[in-house]
Amino acid sequence: MHKKVLVIGSGPIIIGQAAEFDYSGTQACQALREAGCEVVLFNSNPATIMTDPGMADKTYIEAMTLEKAEMIIEAERPTHVLATVGGQTALNLALALDEAGILAAHGISLLGTSLETIRDGEDRERFKRKMHELGEPLPVSMTIESIDELDTFIKTAGVPLIVRPAFTLGGTGGGIAATVTEAYEMASRGLEASPISQCLVEKSIAGYKEFEYEVMRDENGTCIIVCNMENVDPVGVHTGDSVVFAPAQTLSDTMHQTLRSAALRIVSSLGVVGGCNIQFAVHPTEPDYYVIEVNPRVSRSSALASKATGYPIAKIATRLALGERLDDCINPVTNGTMASFEPTLDYVTAKVPCFPFDLFKGTDRALGPQMKATGESMAMGKTLEEALQKAWRGAGVEQAPLYPAWMKKADASELWKEVLAPTDRRLHACLALMDRGFASRSELEDQTGIVPHFMTMLETLVAVTRAEDLLTEPNLWQAKRLGFTDEQIAAISDVTIQDVTQMRSMFGIHPVYHMVDTCAAEFESQTPYFYGTWHGKTEVKASSARKVAVIGAGPIRIGQGIEFDYSSVHAVWALQQQGIEAIMINNNPETVSTDFTVADRLYVEPLTIEDVTHVLEAEGCRDVLIQFGGQTGIALAHALEAAGYHLLGASADVIDQMEDRDRFYAFLDEINVAHIPGEEVGTAAGLYDAVGRIGYPCVVRPSYVIGGKGMHILQSEPDLDRIIPDLAYPLLVDLYVAGRELEVDCVTDGQTVYVPAILEQIEAAGVHSGDSTMVMPPVETSEAHQRQIDTITKQIGQALSYRGALNIQFVLKDDTIYVLEINPRASRTVPIVSKVTGEPLVEWATLAALGHALETIVPDERKQLAGYAVKTPIFSSLKLPGVDPLTGPIMRSTGETLQFSPVPVVAERFCYDATTTRVMARQQIVYGEGWETFGDVPLDTAVDFQHVAVLFSHVPAEQPMREAAVRHGVHVISEHHLALYYQATIDTTSVPVRPLQAMHTKEELPL
Amino acid sequence: MNGTLTLQNGMTFDGTWETSARLGKGEVVFFTGMTGYQEVLTDPSYAGQVIVFTYPLIGQYGLEAEASESTDIQVAGVIVQTLARNGQSSDLRNWLEQAGIPVLSGIDTRTLVHMLRQEGDQWGLLSTSANGHVEGDFLQITETVTTAKPVQLGTSEKGHIVCLDFGVKSSMVEAMLARGYAVTTLPYDTPAAEIHRLKPDGVLVSNGPGDPRDLMDRIETVREVALRYPTLGICMGHQLISLSFGASIEKQTYGHRGSNHPVRNVQTGEVWMTSQNHGYVVTRDSLERTPLELLFENVNDSSVEGTKHPEVPILTAQFHPEASPGPKEAQALFDQFDEMIQQGVNVYA
Repeated sequence: MHKKVLVIGSGPIIIGQAAEFDYSGTQACQALREAGCEVVLFNSNPATIMTDPGMADKTYIEAMTLEKAEMIIEAERPTHVLATVGGQTALNLALALDEAGILAAHGISLLGTSLETIRDGEDRERFKRKMHELGEPLPVSMTIESIDELDTFIKTAGVPLIVRPAFTLGGTGGGIAATVTEAYEMASRGLEASPISQCLVEKSIAGYKEFEYEVMRDENGTCIIVCNMENVDPVGVHTGDSVVFAPAQTLSDTMHQTLRSAALRIVSSLGVVGGCNIQFAVHPTEPDYYVIEVNPRVSRSSALASKATGYPIAKIATRLALGERLDDCINPVTNGTMASFEPTLDYVTAKVPCFPFDLFKGTDRALGPQMKATGESMAMGKTLEEALQKAWRGAGVEQAPLYPAWMKKADASELWKEVLAPTDRRLHACLALMDRGFASRSELEDQTGIVPHFMTMLETLVAVTRAEDLLTEPNLWQAKRLGFTDEQIAAISDVTIQDVTQMRSMFGIHPVYHMVDTCAAEFESQTPYFYGTWHGKTEVKASSARKVAVIGAGPIRIGQGIEFDYSSVHAVWALQQQGIEAIMINNNPETVSTDFTVADRLYVEPLTIEDVTHVLEAEGCRDVLIQFGGQTGIALAHALEAAGYHLLGASADVIDQMEDRDRFYAFLDEINVAHIPGEEVGTAAGLYDAVGRIGYPCVVRPSYVIGGKGMHILQSEPDLDRIIPDLAYPLLVDLYVAGRELEVDCVTDGQTVYVPAILEQIEAAGVHSGDSTMVMPPVETSEAHQRQIDTITKQIGQALSYRGALNIQFVLKDDTIYVLEINPRASRTVPIVSKVTGEPLVEWATLAALGHALETIVPDERKQLAGYAVKTPIFSSLKLPGVDPLTGPIMRSTGETLQFSPVPVVAERFCYDATTTRVMARQQIVYGEGWETFGDVPLDTAVDFQHVAVLFSHVPAEQPMREAAVRHGVHVISEHHLALYYQATIDTTSVPVRPLQAMHTKEELPL
Repeated sequence: MNGTLTLQNGMTFDGTWETSARLGKGEVVFFTGMTGYQEVLTDPSYAGQVIVFTYPLIGQYGLEAEASESTDIQVAGVIVQTLARNGQSSDLRNWLEQAGIPVLSGIDTRTLVHMLRQEGDQWGLLSTSANGHVEGDFLQITETVTTAKPVQLGTSEKGHIVCLDFGVKSSMVEAMLARGYAVTTLPYDTPAAEIHRLKPDGVLVSNGPGDPRDLMDRIETVREVALRYPTLGICMGHQLISLSFGASIEKQTYGHRGSNHPVRNVQTGEVWMTSQNHGYVVTRDSLERTPLELLFENVNDSSVEGTKHPEVPILTAQFHPEASPGPKEAQALFDQFDEMIQQGVNVYA
């Protein structure tokens, strides 16, 4: 039978649901098409590879609502739905489609794991019943639907307890309550957060060790464990926020088999077909365990397990969903053995989460059951220490040389605070406490519940830094095997990095690269997937082909999201089309770029100069593309050039020219392009002088940062006085021009400059462009001004000694167009512009960087768009208590959605945010101080946020109300232009759905 | 101190000598499981072998009271990348030290495995001086692992099983005890008459080290008891039963040793992940010459993983249903044996 499959994606990136679903969704689409299915894809996230027009037969970039889903089903009449590769969003949507009778009405069946199974896993009460039937131990718990029911539970089980709201992402609204008061607060918050007003309250088993099992099962009942993983933090910290090792480190075979058998019983009894994740808690010394959670779908952990082992879970899970059997599928890693086996590793994998705390002053860094990490870094090594240190540096964790500099001066109580909270800095604080003699390992074990084996690992690292002479052959070799960089060793030994490197060469200590092959070398494999280590023979045989390395973007952070993975992957494809061997270096396990089938060679290594140059040396590769990996690639420019590598299309000098204020303005002056008054300053006094000349309001910010980190808009001198103590120099000071921001992503070869689209920002200048709502083509900007932008762009593209993707930000004020910023790299909006125009921007940029002339490649004229495209940022404010949901110069959003429409004002935006399902209506709009024109209900009346859709508020004093609103799933708008825009959407009607593939034809959109 | 592994093919691998034992010699084989080092080290089937652990950290979870498969460490030597200290008292290193086992660490085990995979399992010498004779054989190996005299465990309300001990793992005996049988473990060379005298309800032909073709003098007995009592043969036991019915045995290049080997039941299509440890295999074609039918095959290389006799209750498995270490789903085979005995009691009583 011909199968037409609707694949539901995961929507915008939010904390708890990140790039892993682009990876799984892309794999699923590929597997379905390989099996001859027709694929219809539904995902609102335009920054993904999976929404590339070539990935599916029809791609719908639409809001992830029931209404839109039904419209797509009406239009496409799929025979099947695949809902297990799009995270919680896809599962919830599939359940909603089923409950609304839409699946039945159209005779659509679900591929793979059934809805009943999904309900058994997701509905806490059903899950509990199922586990009881199987005799699987669960912590004492109770499902509550009201606060009264909490009384009953507390009377029998007491506190501490854990609150887990049903059907929420990344544990939203949940937490551990230590006291009865906290329990009541948390439960009421959890009930609100749950779309079905249901929470599980359970006795806390904090202190147990936590493990995850990634299980696969086929229709025939064959089960395998792809991988198990162990959290360094005991139960209590969300697994997404913990350092994790794969495979499990402290499980004996007896205990491992106990959990494995339990996992098999659970998936078999649930009837899972495809992938499933099971979390267990194990007593630190006794053979007792509890089942914590079962996720009958692919997940963040399955992406990690896939990358840690090489076993492509999502791809195989999709084939199983189509009815294939594990023992019929070839293991794509060995290409000779079958997929029905359990991968075995001859290395250790570490995952380190990345947090947005440094971006937001005053955020609560404490970790708990609610996930706060935005992304993760993965590394492999032959020792725990090596894998951990590589993952740490891949995550950008400061090690000076082992733990952050401030911990050297901090007193013991400050360090203990980090350990006990615990915060994201817990392990480093443990290192500092041991190193500085403030605490013994046994005290730390007692206080943290971290098992002795992991404490030994930390102790081993401390011991290395205290070695009398690290520069002897055995000590140096040992330090390298434990993951220390030449830079760390130099700092410890008080010599230069070059000294260490030289000494290493003298002793013959060189990095080697081993293959990830799923089988510990038992079978021959040709997987082009490698990791670096310091022991043994290298398995890399460099080819003599022309080759280029692409520097990936590393972990997802606010300001550097999945967009850069999109660009990196497209750069790889563009190189391959030119017959060039593409080498991908990246360390983010969630992404498509770290799928070993993408590049010719994949290296999962930290993106530091040392690790990257080692790979380049091993490959004999001289040419590097840094312009697609966001700020990560840019940060390596100087060092790569100094080491003799050739940055295709770019140079460290041109990057400096654009960042160094004086040189930047001199450049613009030279080509007669207007810029706003600004200077670079090196001291506090210099800053006061400069502000004196420039005047208020002004913007102060550091160079080379991601997401507007450390950026301030100052209205008057008291503002400046207030921030002075926190500043580090040099800084850039610019006049703040409150005009309209516009942005261009173009490609240039130095001669031909092509501008595919101009993006117009709705909010006034000052809101970080990553957090702004943008419209293509511009609505408010005149034709003349748009032509002027084209002209300026062309001037810049021709004057810069740069080839590739270029991003320019403008501000339009009083008929003058000023250039704010030029980024000689692919920007966050490149995938969006590509999706909207249907033009392969990254491919063209790569060709330009390789030295091709664009003249014959790019169109002469910009394409007329058939309608409008609106990009909307999505925030994860709910996950970050203590962060004011107020837009400003510091970026806060984690993802974005795209909407096509024949009119510039689009109504659907209110449904986008996965944290709210409410659609805006006038009586549901609340306004704060000074915003009377925007709403019906003033904020100072008794507002029940349960029934509110939007809050308009911007004054600082209303922060508590904004935070309360966010907790209740209310959309907060804090900028006037955006408020006006949103208000205009109320009266618009829903737009018909249309596949992306049809957007790029010349047809007009139907109104 | 430094030490060296010298292989039959002349290759050497240098590492750190971890214990005070000074010399070790054995067939060098690799084990790919990531857990289960205690079970492996005490498994009599590994007697006379030098075990290369492919997982780079060994010893990380310490030792367990109940996990050993025999009373002693059986292996001739251990090769690891890193001998981990787990920060607890139950330290693997101390145990290996006390048992006098030579241990070489800091070895590039991946390169070693590559080599073994290509050139096949071979003899190796572990020493601190790199001198000595590398070659060896397994001719008398069974003598060193079999029980010295009959040992009976459990009561026999349900039935009595005789285990012919070619180097039996204790979990195999425990699997039958757990199913309510009494088990008498007999020396491997116990004559058939002696077995008949014990009036067993079932016979377990155990696993064990070495080349089954060195035990040709036992196959007549094996065949005789197998045809008379419900019989389960595991690993060496499977090979001996197959041999006794006329099948042939060949040496594999590098054997199956690990916890992730997929086995398909050719009758039901069911697939199990199994624990395996063997360097010899029953030639698939040769089964045609025997009354035995293929029951289990390896999913990856289609090799013979088990057989059954169409008329009499004989069941054989190349893999290890008792696991330990490894996945437990194949324990179902003991249930099948149990059932066979219960029916067999009626048939043969």
